[in-house]
Amino acid sequence: MSENSSVGIVAPQIAHFNEPLTLKSGQVLPQFNLMYETYGELNADKSNAVLICHALSGHHHVAGKHHADDKNPGWWDNLIGPGKPLDTNKFFVIGLNNLGGCHGSSGPLSTNPDTDRHWGATFPIVTVEDWVNSQARLADFLGIKQLAAVLGGSLGGMQALQWAIAYPERMRHALVIASAPNLTAQNIAFNEVARQAIITDPEFYEGDYFNHGALPRRGLRIARMLGHITYLSDDAMGAKFGRKLRDGNIKYGFDVEFEMESYLRYQGDKFAGEFDANTYLRMTRALDYFDPAFEYNGDLSAALAKVTADFLVVSFTSDWRFSPARSREIVKALLDNELSVSYAEVTAAHGHDAFLMPDAHYHHIMRAYFAKIEV
Amino acid sequence: MGNLEKNIALNAENRADFALIAKWIAPNAKVLDLGCGDGALLTNLRKTHNVRAYGVEKDDANWLKAMNNGIDVIQMDLESGLSGFEAQSFDVVILSQTLQAVLNTEAIVKEMLRVGREVIVTFPNFGYWRYRFQLAVGGHMPVSDNLPYQWYDTPNVHLCTIHDFDEFCRKSDIVIQERLVLNDKEAVHFMPNMMGALAMYRLRSK
Repeated sequence: MSENSSVGIVAPQIAHFNEPLTLKSGQVLPQFNLMYETYGELNADKSNAVLICHALSGHHHVAGKHHADDKNPGWWDNLIGPGKPLDTNKFFVIGLNNLGGCHGSSGPLSTNPDTDRHWGATFPIVTVEDWVNSQARLADFLGIKQLAAVLGGSLGGMQALQWAIAYPERMRHALVIASAPNLTAQNIAFNEVARQAIITDPEFYEGDYFNHGALPRRGLRIARMLGHITYLSDDAMGAKFGRKLRDGNIKYGFDVEFEMESYLRYQGDKFAGEFDANTYLRMTRALDYFDPAFEYNGDLSAALAKVTADFLVVSFTSDWRFSPARSREIVKALLDNELSVSYAEVTAAHGHDAFLMPDAHYHHIMRAYFAKIEV
Repeated sequence: MGNLEKNIALNAENRADFALIAKWIAPNAKVLDLGCGDGALLTNLRKTHNVRAYGVEKDDANWLKAMNNGIDVIQMDLESGLSGFEAQSFDVVILSQTLQAVLNTEAIVKEMLRVGREVIVTFPNFGYWRYRFQLAVGGHMPVSDNLPYQWYDTPNVHLCTIHDFDEFCRKSDIVIQERLVLNDKEAVHFMPNMMGALAMYRLRSK
């Protein structure tokens, strides 16, 4: 069986764009870079391209490994590869790092060509709409007029939805996984706490930490710890950690007592060592701002009036951050427009993180949908 | 859960109601099939009537089969209503041999009439003479091809007769546009509540 085969060793590439990009905020990026990877072969009529949009902390490295002893394969490696649900024997798969990211695309960590210095805090605020516009440029760059599909989970699902709204003629299928048509007040609240953790870190220096030789690690760490709590379900946490004590007995102090704390601290430290705080602020803002129905008095069905793509919408029962009810709002708006849509509500214990897990039924769904896409 | 699917699967081969349901569907109609199973009815209707088809299915395995059969299928539990569908947004809403297995029967029929301009409902007629005989003379709950379960494992919680359903429609201001009673794929005209095993109704709101 080639079920578990990998796309193998992959190498990221950079696409440079000289045409200015006007952002939703009104600011203009005179030029920009996008870091991307591809898997599989683009077919002769270029009809088999699938774009993967990443979520909050994702990037271009979606599948495969960068070198033979790479410990961590791409973040959606369990889904993408030869013989896998998104089969690279059939499809040409593109992953990219979004604008404002910290993995090689233009963002706070890259150099502002006008000043030859780090963009840092001066990098513009980017939105889901801006990302999709820049992704369309990447499709141009790769010579692809129409994508077979755009796939994303969470914030990535918002991009897939935005693709269907902004470029109906340039894509045929949208796969919107564990996502929502906008954030709830509760979700914005979580993002705000995360941002406040970063912004109030004394090492933040209003985003100018590099020029002060500082890094707001504590803030980023707390932001990530909070995020992790919301990505898991209570049940999943209970099953994994419960009230397990790290050393078997209580020590009456504020160091790590419970396994749960140990896990959160580990995740926070790891993230703070590899992610950029300015990027984190921008990613959470992009989440907050996305609301295609806003210009239509909250009428999502009206916002989707020009959509022509076929949709697969998937939610997970234990996902309380992007709950099934939010996915059903998208489905309702698609049905109102008499679009082709299938909706699956996967019984899963992992909470929001379930969309990255190799659940058998979930993967059967993805396999079935990709099988029906003609190339 | 599995029982409802067994019901559908067991009946799939001799679904006499499929062909007759098709006769009540206009070409190019927009059709919603509740409890669509593997999507067989909708697949047929797409072929014969070029309908715009959507299915609703709760069970994972059936959902996947419907998807693999090319049906647009929405996973949800009928018992929670049809709030995901606009009023009068379908030409026809179908509930085929599932009515007897739902809990909120009255609410679901009303929801169907809200969403569909027309509603087609089919169900096993509990007034059928063989069932009466099994109960009256045999002293056992009826078991047959249409009702293949024992009392302890049946998904059929709301069995009714044709007379019962007629009365339900009268009380609920539901117009019966057409009624068809079948026995072994043949229409029954003489004493239908006694002689018919399967009832089919074509309904609309008053």
